[in-house]
Amino acid sequence: MTTMSDKQPPAPLTDIERVTLLCVAGHMIPASVEYGVPGADDLRIFADITRSIDRDREALGKALQVVNDLSDGMILALSRAEQAKRLAEFRTRHADLAGVIESVVARCYYRDDRVMASIGMEARPAFPKGYKVEQGDLSLLDPVRARGRIYRDAG
Amino acid sequence: MNEPVDVLIIGAGASGAAVAWSLAETRMRIVCLEQGDWPKSNDFPSTGTDWEARALEDYAISPNRRALEADYPVNDDDSPIKIANYNGVGGGTVFYAAHFPRLHPSDFRVKSLDGVAEDWPLDYGTLEPFYALNDRMMGVSGLAGDPAYPQKEAVMPPIAMGRTGEVLGTAMNRLGWHWWPSDAAIATEEYEGRAPCINLGQCGSGCAQGAKASTDVTYWPEAIRSRIEVRTKCRVSRIETNDADMATGVHYFDADGKEVFQPAEIVIMACNGIGTPRILLNSASSRFPDGLANSSGLVGKNLMLHPYAQIRGHFDERLDGYRGPPICVWSMEFYETDPARDFLRGYSYQFSRGIGPARTAINGFADGMVPWGEGHHAAFRRLFERSAGMVSVCEDLPEETNRVTLDPDLKDGNGIPAPRITYRLSDNTRKMLEHSVARGVEILQAAGAHDITTKAPVPYAGWHLLGTARMGRDPERSVVNEWGRSHDVKNLFIVDGSVFVTSGGVNPTSTIQAVALYVADQIKSRIYELFD
Repeated sequence: MTTMSDKQPPAPLTDIERVTLLCVAGHMIPASVEYGVPGADDLRIFADITRSIDRDREALGKALQVVNDLSDGMILALSRAEQAKRLAEFRTRHADLAGVIESVVARCYYRDDRVMASIGMEARPAFPKGYKVEQGDLSLLDPVRARGRIYRDAG
Repeated sequence: MNEPVDVLIIGAGASGAAVAWSLAETRMRIVCLEQGDWPKSNDFPSTGTDWEARALEDYAISPNRRALEADYPVNDDDSPIKIANYNGVGGGTVFYAAHFPRLHPSDFRVKSLDGVAEDWPLDYGTLEPFYALNDRMMGVSGLAGDPAYPQKEAVMPPIAMGRTGEVLGTAMNRLGWHWWPSDAAIATEEYEGRAPCINLGQCGSGCAQGAKASTDVTYWPEAIRSRIEVRTKCRVSRIETNDADMATGVHYFDADGKEVFQPAEIVIMACNGIGTPRILLNSASSRFPDGLANSSGLVGKNLMLHPYAQIRGHFDERLDGYRGPPICVWSMEFYETDPARDFLRGYSYQFSRGIGPARTAINGFADGMVPWGEGHHAAFRRLFERSAGMVSVCEDLPEETNRVTLDPDLKDGNGIPAPRITYRLSDNTRKMLEHSVARGVEILQAAGAHDITTKAPVPYAGWHLLGTARMGRDPERSVVNEWGRSHDVKNLFIVDGSVFVTSGGVNPTSTIQAVALYVADQIKSRIYELFD
């Protein structure tokens, strides 16, 4: 077995992989003026994505290769509308590989301070402040109590 | 060779910690070998904003994905349910949700009541004092009076059921179905030096607050104060025996990869339902050609995993989101056998709160509810902090074809053969899963949910590793006797989930630990005739 500690760090993205991923990320989660958020192709977010691929490096490489194959290696040369069409085809035909890219992109996009603020999250770790959750109304259990015991005797 | 010890425990997880603590009062020399290290709470994912990513990386539940030094690979290609574990002091309790139901009285009498599988050689009444002791040691929060159980003490007030619990509970009331705030091994107030829960929401990646009862913060500190030694980064490969068919000790690889022999008078296995048969099968010798303690041929067989179905929906109002212990309420409405159904036995529901933003997006993509492109942001906001749902925990009946064997090719970092899982869902289980999905959808509809999604079985949910060295009175039909001692090797005991005869339909940690405490009690009370 090869453990992570034995492994070399994941190989960096090649230039073609990098630009392909940038293109896909921008299509997946574009910037929005309405919501005041950057896209996943924002430079800061994209830098986070590329240094956080970790255990998905091999699968991501396969996914990006398929994206390139579907666009004859020319995805950047296509119009944005044509890119979107090819990527929709990619998602339909290769949902598992699309899922790899979605995971790699989303887990960095949704920890960006600007994005967190936009969706109502404080830009901080959960610990040590924690969160407040209401106890809830325990009187809702009255009908359950009234119904009585439901377990079986077992001798 | 090391100095001999009186008791050697393999594994420092839920059961190893409990049995060690209980035996401490004997003043025997006790050593526990653990292949992982102590968890570091200041490194847990909830201490950073990258918590969702780390739950998929170095804190992933799959040992194959995590692939850290402490982990051994598991070949689960031939199973629709993939294995989850944590290797380190605390074992699975470091990663579990601390949802802490007990088995029900009927679970111990499956054959007598329902004509399937086997009865346990124990009953609920025998284990009840050990359940109660374990509740106090772990620090269990709950609400007394649940009509799905015989009366039991609540050590602390229940965890917050929150708005999620209210919404789903109200729906259950509309349907006339049972629900109750979950028992949780989570401190809701200061308890034995542990701080109360502050709703970090990431119980599944280790509790940085220390409120969750993982055994590294419950049993082990007390056991260590009693001079029990935990030796970390020590991976056991096999158990050695002598001509009298007694265990003489274990071979293990230390932190430097050096193979060491540790002599012991008593060996106790606490390695879970996969780790234990793995070591037993790897301990085959000329005296035990089919593996140690395997005269019944049942070591590794009857693996039970608790197939899960997941049913989730989305609501117009904001619920608890990613805050709070993920599981808040349970239902035992469909737990007991009902002749009107087309399956035997039953299942529990765990009602769960929402998920983090990255997971919301990833799931939304996969379920077709969050698009790529312009519509992404609006769709995401319709889901985020508005989701809730449940998983059903279905009773998995024992079948000898579901089993753990040694993989002929795959090995861990020390060259020890890796376990291979062969597992199929039975027709009974499939019908149970379908029933739980249909009822779950009804519940969510009654609660006013929309965009309901279902998944059955949930693939990455092989947490509960049970049945592969089961207990019983008949040596031809069980691996250990009714108090956990091997039928074949009189100084070898097993205390983990391997000994389960049947699985019940609830999370097993509470029962695993109660059984471990019971076996420890038997060892203490029989100490002068232990090997007879």
